[in-house]
Amino acid sequence: MQTRLAVLALALTLGSCQQDATPDETITLNVYSARHYDVDQQLYDGFEEATGISVALIEGKDDALLARLESEGERSPCDVFITVDAARLWLAEDAGHFQPTSSAALEERVPAHLRHPDGLWFGLSTRARCIAYSKERVDESELSSYEDLADPRWRERVLIRSSSNVYNQSLVGSLIEAHGVDATEAWARGLVANFARAPQGGDTDQIRAIAAGEGDVAVVNSYYYARLLKSDKPEDKAVVAAVGLFFPNQADRGAHVNVSGAGVATHAPHPDAARQFIEYLTSDEAQKLFAQGNNEFPVVDTVATDPVLAPWADAKRDTTTNVAAFGKQTRAALELMDRAGWR
Amino acid sequence: MTERSWSMSAWAIAGIVALPLITVAVLGVSGDDDGLWTHLASTVLGTYARNSVLLALGVGIGTSVLGISTAWLVATCTFPGRRLFALALLLPMAMPTYLMAYAYTDLLQPGAPLHTALRELGVTLPPIRSLGGAIVTLSFVLYPYVFLLARAAFAEQSAEAIEASRTLGVSPFATWRRVALPLARPGIVAGLALVMMETLAEYGAVEHFAVDTFTTGIYRAWTALGSPHAAAQLACVLLAVVLALLVGERLGRGRARYSASARRRRPLERWQLTGARAWGATLACSAPVVFGFLVPTIALARLAWQAGVPRRGDELPRLAGTTIGLALGSALLIVALGMVVVFARRLRPTRAIAVAARLAGSGYAVPGSVIAVGTLIAIGWIDDALGTFVGGTALVLVLAYCARFLTVALEALDAGLTKVGIRLDDAARTLGAGPGRVLRDVHAPLLRGSLATAALLVFVDVMKELPATLIVRPFGFDTLAVHVHTYASDERLAQAALPALLIVAIGLAPVALLSRAVDRSTS
Repeated sequence: MQTRLAVLALALTLGSCQQDATPDETITLNVYSARHYDVDQQLYDGFEEATGISVALIEGKDDALLARLESEGERSPCDVFITVDAARLWLAEDAGHFQPTSSAALEERVPAHLRHPDGLWFGLSTRARCIAYSKERVDESELSSYEDLADPRWRERVLIRSSSNVYNQSLVGSLIEAHGVDATEAWARGLVANFARAPQGGDTDQIRAIAAGEGDVAVVNSYYYARLLKSDKPEDKAVVAAVGLFFPNQADRGAHVNVSGAGVATHAPHPDAARQFIEYLTSDEAQKLFAQGNNEFPVVDTVATDPVLAPWADAKRDTTTNVAAFGKQTRAALELMDRAGWR
Repeated sequence: MTERSWSMSAWAIAGIVALPLITVAVLGVSGDDDGLWTHLASTVLGTYARNSVLLALGVGIGTSVLGISTAWLVATCTFPGRRLFALALLLPMAMPTYLMAYAYTDLLQPGAPLHTALRELGVTLPPIRSLGGAIVTLSFVLYPYVFLLARAAFAEQSAEAIEASRTLGVSPFATWRRVALPLARPGIVAGLALVMMETLAEYGAVEHFAVDTFTTGIYRAWTALGSPHAAAQLACVLLAVVLALLVGERLGRGRARYSASARRRRPLERWQLTGARAWGATLACSAPVVFGFLVPTIALARLAWQAGVPRRGDELPRLAGTTIGLALGSALLIVALGMVVVFARRLRPTRAIAVAARLAGSGYAVPGSVIAVGTLIAIGWIDDALGTFVGGTALVLVLAYCARFLTVALEALDAGLTKVGIRLDDAARTLGAGPGRVLRDVHAPLLRGSLATAALLVFVDVMKELPATLIVRPFGFDTLAVHVHTYASDERLAQAALPALLIVAIGLAPVALLSRAVDRSTS
């Protein structure tokens, strides 16, 4: 009897966990997204309004979503996969999770270096990996490039997060593209020797650590700084007052740029609707929202940049290195960082 | 059911539950890892091993000190607040380790208000994001496992043994060390085993504290290096360590057997502590509650208050419903499965059954992400073979939880069943009762406390579980833990604070019930 009760209870609780089924008569586009911002819902609503196609969303960590796609294989209900960073886009591409999409609209709107050459994925917004610095202890004129951060004069002054972080993997990947593995490894060893502390925390933590005097310069993504700029909290205001943001490598290829991007899933049940969705995300109004959600730069250059990023709107960003190229260097980058002792 | 069919059932359960682990092992030894193992071994493997071992040892010592001392005080002494502490000392169980890490780094890292204030007073704290920080904070949330089982063990001791020791001229402390502690050993070790396994499998907190262990390495090998093979190889090493630990414990017990007589003994009378000693006891019991529960809760509440209504706040009730439903369903199932295994082993204490039970239980020490990958791959094979799509349902999640948490039920039930004299079974069997009837009419009533303990422990564990849920949950099937992690990992802790508090709040009810279940079974 007790067993039967337990089974019944189990069945009931599991049953009650089932989510609402979607009606069959209209198309529902299944989106796996590693983004999670307030404005995203507006984007999905906007798409539904424009096309009548509703969007079912699963938000999650990039790695978890990738693992899911992998395990679901041919049975995957995923139509569109949205993720951030070239390294992750490459992982998804390498595992065969994207199908090529040809769209005149996308090819026209998204610059060539921000999309996959075969249309496997398309960049939708960009972020730059910048150098944050203490306004008190560093003069902006002392800053020049990523390469320079390995110089001995930065000994015990550099803050950066772990090599497990994908942004660093892509940055190192782009350096490999520019200088080759050996030179980049030598650079990494120099950088590690300059660490102010063992890599820890996220990018925001590095910016705060500068304000707290733990180090003088940090490598961080632009939107983390922008987020603090927008914050109303007095402690955040104090942090941005003490810390400046610098776009490096202005004299050569420009600051390292990465993307958040989307592609049509290999086994997408609705590939046409998926393409329409990505096209919609490159429309002017969607671009504005998409970039705004995370204080990023729109990929379509006719769309105005968020005012918070305006001071850097004209800074030179690397447009020569194709984002797809350094994504491929992820593994080489990781192994190199392991060898250099970058935790 | 005959004895034989009980054994068969136990084996079937062990087989299904061990499926994800076996899959990982197969993956680890087969296939091409593309030279990654050599790379890992020559660069980071040493760090992983050192940190994992130091972390497990450190947390083992930390939780032993906190858990055994408070358990002894609450079980055998009288001091101000004792009854309250019986419950309050369990509160940290409701606090997931990753929330501990988020809350304490938010308070104590450079630039945090508390850190700055202390530095202005001339106090520079050691870095919170470190191995030391991880050991201390994990000890403060994981000690309740030791406390819970040690307290029950101390409370069940008879006065005779202690008094005999004192009469023979042994000092109180030596009596504690030479009589009370060894007698409580099965309970303490069971608690400690859970703690060490939980520590070895810990991901969220160590990752946040910047400590590279096997778990973070496995995750990195699999996600960043894109190599499930290398991840599985690392997981196999971890698994081997855990099995060695478990076997070591069994061997360490040697031939000692713990089987109490069925006769009701005279319970231990509590020592009345007075004056400074009494207040000292109160203070000693307060510290773990303050640092393991109050401080992180207040820190999260402050964040939640500052943030106001978080994004997707209207979804929180639904997320809470999913979380509770999932935890409840899984807890009932896992305890039922655990009872079958434990009972089968008691019926026929053969080596084969013992191995099956070990196999079924080793998942607790394996990181949730590894279990998740093993489960997904195993289910993928089954789906391919049968043309089904179990992979997209909540069943996968339940299987992953079974693989991960069956040990919790096994340890709790085992500790309880050890206390039931084998003579009772013999008597019942002699009187003609079949195994099923012994279980129902003899064990079930006697094990009520243990069953409740097992179910509640599993409930709390499932509710807090993060990595496996993250990976295998079906479409739109979010739990609070997943929701919290989504924001916390994007450096938006404030958005995660309110749902984080909800996790803690939901954990409080089972923890309170747990405390009552233990009270009833020991009084």
